[in-house]
Amino acid sequence: MGAKARITKFLDKISSKPITRYAVYFIGILFFIMIILVPPILGITLKLNLFMDVVNDPALTSRALNAIFNSFAIAIFVGLIDLAAGIPAAWFIARGKSRWLNVVDTLADLPFIIPTVALGYSLLLFWNSSYGVSGLFGGSLISPGWVLVILLHFVFSFPIVVRVMVGALMDYQYVYEEAARTLGAHPVGAERTVTFPILKPSIIGAFVLAFARSISETGATIIVAGTFENGAIFIQKLNTPGNLAPLVFASSLLILIAIAIFAVIQVLGPRLKIPVHRVSPSFERRLSGKKMVSLRDGVTLFTFFIIILLPALFVLGSAFPALVDGTLNNALAAKGPFWQQYWPSLALSYFIGFVATLVNVVLGLPMAIMIARKRMGKTVSAVFDLLVNIPIIVPSVALGFSLGLFWRGLPLTIPELLLVIFAHIAITYSYFVKSLAAAISRIDFEMENAARILGARPFAVFRTIILPLVKYSFFAGAIIMFTRSVSETGATLAVISPTSPLKTVPVLLVNYIKSLITPTGVGMSSEVGLGCGFLILFSVIILLLLRFVIRGRGRY
Amino acid sequence: MPDVKVVSVTKTFGDGKIVAVDDVSLEVHDKEYLSLVGPSGCGKTTLLRLIAGLIQPDKGEIYIDNVSMKNVPPEDRGVGFVFQTYALFPHMNVWRNVTYGPHIKALDEKNAAALGRETLEMMRLYERSDAYPSELSGGMMQRVAVARALAAGAKLLLLDEPLGALDAKIRNELRYDIRHLVKDLGLTAIHVTHDQAEAMAISDRIAVMRKGKILQVGTPTELYMNPEHLFVANFIGESNFLEGYVIGVDEGLTKIKLRGNLTVNSANAKVGEKDERIVLAVRPEALRLQRGLKKTQNGLQGKVKDVTFEGTVTRYEILLANEDRVIVTMPSLAGEPYNMGEEVTVSFEPEKSHVFPYPPRGLMDELKLE
Repeated sequence: MGAKARITKFLDKISSKPITRYAVYFIGILFFIMIILVPPILGITLKLNLFMDVVNDPALTSRALNAIFNSFAIAIFVGLIDLAAGIPAAWFIARGKSRWLNVVDTLADLPFIIPTVALGYSLLLFWNSSYGVSGLFGGSLISPGWVLVILLHFVFSFPIVVRVMVGALMDYQYVYEEAARTLGAHPVGAERTVTFPILKPSIIGAFVLAFARSISETGATIIVAGTFENGAIFIQKLNTPGNLAPLVFASSLLILIAIAIFAVIQVLGPRLKIPVHRVSPSFERRLSGKKMVSLRDGVTLFTFFIIILLPALFVLGSAFPALVDGTLNNALAAKGPFWQQYWPSLALSYFIGFVATLVNVVLGLPMAIMIARKRMGKTVSAVFDLLVNIPIIVPSVALGFSLGLFWRGLPLTIPELLLVIFAHIAITYSYFVKSLAAAISRIDFEMENAARILGARPFAVFRTIILPLVKYSFFAGAIIMFTRSVSETGATLAVISPTSPLKTVPVLLVNYIKSLITPTGVGMSSEVGLGCGFLILFSVIILLLLRFVIRGRGRY
Repeated sequence: MPDVKVVSVTKTFGDGKIVAVDDVSLEVHDKEYLSLVGPSGCGKTTLLRLIAGLIQPDKGEIYIDNVSMKNVPPEDRGVGFVFQTYALFPHMNVWRNVTYGPHIKALDEKNAAALGRETLEMMRLYERSDAYPSELSGGMMQRVAVARALAAGAKLLLLDEPLGALDAKIRNELRYDIRHLVKDLGLTAIHVTHDQAEAMAISDRIAVMRKGKILQVGTPTELYMNPEHLFVANFIGESNFLEGYVIGVDEGLTKIKLRGNLTVNSANAKVGEKDERIVLAVRPEALRLQRGLKKTQNGLQGKVKDVTFEGTVTRYEILLANEDRVIVTMPSLAGEPYNMGEEVTVSFEPEKSHVFPYPPRGLMDELKLE
């Protein structure tokens, strides 16, 4: 018997013992509490005494409150317009019969996997530079500011809404709509009175994710914001020695308000009534007609290609000159100050991403199983299910800042790299746990019972039944964690000191791109373009790797 | 009141790879209760959905009340559809579900409420108006689904295995309730089921489908007494099948040689050529048993291999002298029961048998329930 078989047999054997199972869940819970939940909460709480320093400075208070308000206003607005654009796109993908369907389905994920710093530069080039659509209007069409921030957040949150809604529509039992049609409802009427109310939980879920994504975004926002200031930019700007009080003020308010909004959505969301009582058969008949459907699809495609995809990929245009003007050679040979920083930064980003992913996979797995199977009882599991949402909905820059406060406050010398890793672990943890918990809960528990009755020990049930069935969600969750970590800017900036030699690739690119911005628009740099291009290329490779690994297997 | 005409309708899926409905023509008369029966996957639900307008045929036409339904969407066909899974809207209570049809068509509120109340009272569910589907039993959900279809004002009711998800006792009760309701309201109904006993109990006529085609349409009696197809003889009721050859035809009787040189006569042969290979079908209740070895018309000698008491009838499995096996059912109270191993003579009247051509792909393939 080989070593692997011996280890497997040993693990199978000890997994039968209740103490082993409790120990595994205990470690998972302890990890969540000590590394994910407590540090950011405690870090801020211990410094709340600095609140009054800000309150006593009206100008600073006003600036901070304004910035915080901007963060939430934009996040809520972006969430709503993402729903308005994302739901028709999801409808088009899930229900459409057009030949553009597969194209849109494949391309819809792109803005999600493009690192946000590359997205920010791409949008800036498209809307603000003479190389983009601005060139057609003889100047800067959209200057850096809140409009560009909204456009940016709209673009990178759009795929989240589309994927959630496509999944919901695929799971939705179309028979309800058929029933409504046989009772006399036109398609639009059936969708409004039957489909949307049933899909409401998914719509709310999609809104929350888009909102959370917007509120957390820092790096690309810095690039496109100009003088506009939201909470993340406020924290990043003031992250210098002597500004602890306003940072505590802003971070704590961002965290508290985000949690409050999330709680309100959870409580009031299910009570939100979609108007089903008012009817207008003739109007809904017109809306259901072929012309209106074509118009709707046309607007959906236009929005997707012109407002979302083209601006998102525009940065690749700046990478093409690099292929012929010698920049590529410099890149591959690491010649020049940019490339001498770029490759080590990229390696650092991928290293941090890898470590964060590995730690979260190993230690998040018990939490996912515990939530999905309610191992600690219904109430406890439900509480953890709720708490696991916190790292997603809390702005990552605030999370990173308070995390940094906590760990630096301990009587230990913690290397900055470890702080960054802790921050990335905290930020990405929930993506994996939620995704995996949802997948496991969809597996009929009778399958586990059947395996146990046939003689499988708990660990054997997990590796032979659960894991193969959740392979898709497992790897998808891991990939999302990894790409999220590689893209993460805000928390990194919040944790490292301004003079830190540690520069992840998004931080490096943000600094370079900021230097390209002039009053007349952003300049094009083939180095930065190629750097962004490499990031996109590697992200696409990772996505293809995911599809290759899980190809055709049973998907949960 | 509507009648329905299906004219040469074909429906395929998977780019033509799966032929779900294959050149089907069918007429359902006004106020008729017609059942579509057949094994799973035979196309009966597809045909129903074509009539409802939920899918469109690749070829052929469908007429409701002599009006072509080409390009007419389901909401404009005036049909009521009861789904197999009921499809009750989970976010609406019973009242809102039932009044959905009149409401979505913006009918007068008072009339809509009156219709809703009337149909719920018909279904004995008015007191449960505030309940949500998740709070109802299977039988209640089924009745709400029927009430909802009726309250929408449908004159043509399409029922897709409405009793499939219910337990046997409730199924037996509800099947008659549905029929009585349809007849009392003067509706036309097309009822899909794979349960031939259910179809026999409640239908004016039955259409038997297999592999996308309609094999035979007739009253339950016609289908049972005069099946025109081997599959129909097997699917509707039960039959014994014996293989043989035609020896000749004499005075309207077709003489048949079975295996082991046993000869019998049949008065209902769909074949007549000498030496033609055939299958003889006889229902278990059409076979008579006599003790001992007797010489009698259409007599076949054998031994009792198995006895099953089923209450009203007793079922005997007889191993014939030629190694064929037949099932004989006899009223349990008609005389002394037969014992295992007892020698008996099995016989039947020529008029109570049917002869079919031997199927090209073999008997087992022809009788397969798919």
